[in-house]
Amino acid sequence: MSRILIIAEHDGATLNISTSKCVTCAQAIGGDIDILVMGQGIDAVAAEAAALDSVSRVLAVNAEHLAAPLAVNLAAEVVGLSADYTHLVGPSTTFGRDLMPRVAALCGVNQISDIMEVSSAESFKRPVYAGNAIVQAEPANGTKVVATVRTASWKAAGSGGSASIEQRGASGSAAAHTRYVGLSSEGGERPDLQSAPKVVSGGRALASEENFELIYKLADKLGAGVGASRAAVDAGYCPNDMQVGQTGKIISPDLYIAFGISGAIQHVTGIKDAGTIVAVNKDPEAPIFEIADIGLVGDLFNVIPEIESQLG
Amino acid sequence: MKILVGIKRVVDYNVRIRVLPDGSGVDTDGVKMSVNPFDEIALEEALRIKEAGNAEEVIVISVGGDECQQQLRTGLAMGADRAIQVQTSEPLQPLSVARAFLKIVEREDPGLVILGKQAIDDDNSQTAQMLAALWDRPQATFASKLELNGSSASVTREVDAGLETIEVDLPAVISVDLRMNEPRFVKLPDIMKAKRKPLEVISLDDLDVTVDGQLGISQFTPPPQREKGIMVDDASQLLQELKNRGLL
Ligand SMILES: Cc1cc2nc3c(=O)[nH]c(=O)nc-3n(C[C@H](O)[C@H](O)[C@H](O)COP(=O)(O)OP(=O)(O)OC[C@H]3O[C@@H](n4cnc5c(N)ncnc54)[C@H](O)[C@@H]3O)c2cc1C
Ligand SMILES: Nc1ncnc2c1ncn2[C@@H]1O[C@H](COP(=O)(O)O)[C@@H](O)[C@H]1O
Repeated sequence: MSRILIIAEHDGATLNISTSKCVTCAQAIGGDIDILVMGQGIDAVAAEAAALDSVSRVLAVNAEHLAAPLAVNLAAEVVGLSADYTHLVGPSTTFGRDLMPRVAALCGVNQISDIMEVSSAESFKRPVYAGNAIVQAEPANGTKVVATVRTASWKAAGSGGSASIEQRGASGSAAAHTRYVGLSSEGGERPDLQSAPKVVSGGRALASEENFELIYKLADKLGAGVGASRAAVDAGYCPNDMQVGQTGKIISPDLYIAFGISGAIQHVTGIKDAGTIVAVNKDPEAPIFEIADIGLVGDLFNVIPEIESQLG
Repeated sequence: MKILVGIKRVVDYNVRIRVLPDGSGVDTDGVKMSVNPFDEIALEEALRIKEAGNAEEVIVISVGGDECQQQLRTGLAMGADRAIQVQTSEPLQPLSVARAFLKIVEREDPGLVILGKQAIDDDNSQTAQMLAALWDRPQATFASKLELNGSSASVTREVDAGLETIEVDLPAVISVDLRMNEPRFVKLPDIMKAKRKPLEVISLDDLDVTVDGQLGISQFTPPPQREKGIMVDDASQLLQELKNRGLL
C-alpha cells in the first residue's frame, strides 16, 4: 500500500490552498496520507492540516531555521523522513517547484512534475510543451515517487477530518550558505489569484499602469482576483505575481475575463482549466477567440465602462 | 571567476506543437529548433557579469546529441568564451543532466552556474535545484535580479506571493526567470567569430555519469479541446449570458 507524505505550504499563519489540492491528488493515488508541516510557531497551520479529509497524521517540525521557506533547509527535513514513504508530494507552486526537485535529487530519483491526473499509484498524466501535449509518466521500477501536483487540476479537499498531530524535532540544521532576507508583496486585499472563483485579467492593450486601474476597479466590483499577460507585467503595468501562463500562474477559476490579451499559447496554457473564458478584444482574428466560451469584439476602453455602468 | 551556463536545444517557442499519431512524441521533423528562451537570459546575465569585470570566463554547456552544437554556436556568437557538449544519444532527464553538470563543475570550479528556470519542452523545472542538491551548494531559483557582492550574491526571486530576496554564498546555482534581462541579438560578424571559438565534445561515458532512474514517458496525446464558444455583440449581451450561466 502507498504511504504518501504531503509537504505543506503555508505562510506561518494559514495553510495554503495548494496543500488541500495535494490531498485530493493523494486520495486519487490511494493509501495512507500524512502531511508534513515545517516552520516556526506552526500550531495553527498544523491544526488546519489535521482537519483535511482522509489525512492520517500531521508531522509538525517546529524550528527557528525553518521559519523562512528556504529549500535547502526544508529539503533536509523531508529527506530525513523519506524512508517511511513511497510517495513524497508537494504543490506545483513556486514553493513546491523550488523544494521538491532538491528532495528528488537527494533521493536519487527524477521528479514527476505537475501531476494532472492519477492513472494508478505509479502512473500519472502530466502536461509538456506548455500544455500542448499530455504524457503518461511512470517512476523507474521500484523507485520512490517524488512529485508536484498541478494545483489547477485538483479541487480542494474537504475539512471534516481529525488527524493526529505529532511533534517532531528537526533532524537538520541551518545551512550557513543561504540566508533569507525578505518578501515584498504588492497583492493587497484582493482575492488570491490561484484560488479566486473569478479572475479579471488585462493585457498589453491596457497601455499604462494608470489604465490598468480599470481592471482593478472592475475586479473589485465583481469580487474577482486580478491577472495579467506577460506583456502587461513586462511593461510595468502591474506586478509580476499577477502573470498568468506557462511561466506565471496556472489557474482554474469558474470565470476568467481577458481584456486586450491576444491569446498566445504561453498565456492560454495558464487558463485552459477555467470554467468559462470570456475574451474582449478589438481584433476579431485574435487567437484568444479560439478558446473563449464567450467572445466580444470591441474596444476595452468602451466595454469596461459599459459593463460597470450596467452592473450598477 | 568562471560562470557555467546551461543551453538546451528545444522546439522554438513559436512553433505549434503537433503530437505524432502513434503517440510516441511530438513532431520535430523540419521544425525550427532554438536555444531554450530562459537559457538565453541565463547567458545574457553571465555575459553582463563578465562585462562588468566580475568574471573572467563564460562557458556554455549542452547535454545532448551533436545537433545541439548549433545552439552552443549561438551561445558562442552571443559572447560565451567556449562551449562544452556532453554527448549522449539518449534524451536525458534532469537528474542525469544535473549529474553531468556536476562532473563539469568539479573540473571547471565555477563561481556561478546559471540555468533556465525551466526547459519549455518538458517543462520540468528541476535541473538547477538538482544540481544544487548534488553539489551541496545554495540554489536561487526563478531569479529576476542578481547582484554580486564579493563572495556572495543577493538574488531577487519571483515567487507566487511577490518578490523574495535571499543571499547566497558562492559558488551557487541560479535559475533565471524571464524578467531578469533582455538578451542581446546576435550579429553576423559574431556568428563568423563563433566558428573559431573552442567547442569541446565529451561523451557521457568519459565523464562517468550514471544514468539511472529515468522516468518512463509514453502515450503522448493532444490536450482535450474546449468546445466552440459563442460571440456576443455588446456589454449587455455579455452580462446577460453570464447571468444565464449563473456566473454573476
Ligand atoms: C518562454 C516564454 C514564456 C512565456 N510565458 C508567458 C506567460 O506565462 N504568460 C503570458 O501571458 N505570456 C507569456 N509569454 C509571452 C507570450 O508569448 C505573449 O507575448 C504575451 O502573452 C502577449 O501578451 P498580450 O496578449 O497582452 O499582448 P499582445 O500579444 O500584444 O496582444 C494585445 C492584444 O490586445 C488587443 N487590443 C489592443 N488594443 C485593444 C483595445 N483597445 N481593446 C481591446 N483589445 C485591444 C490586440 O488586438 C491584441 O490581440 C511567454 C513567452 C515566452 C517566449
Ligand atoms: N540537456 C540539457 N543541456 C543543457 N542544459 C540543460 C539541459 N537540460 C536542462 N538544462 C538546463 O536546465 C534548465 C531547466 O531545465 P528543466 O529542469 O529540464 O526544466 C534549462 O533551462 C537549462 O538551462
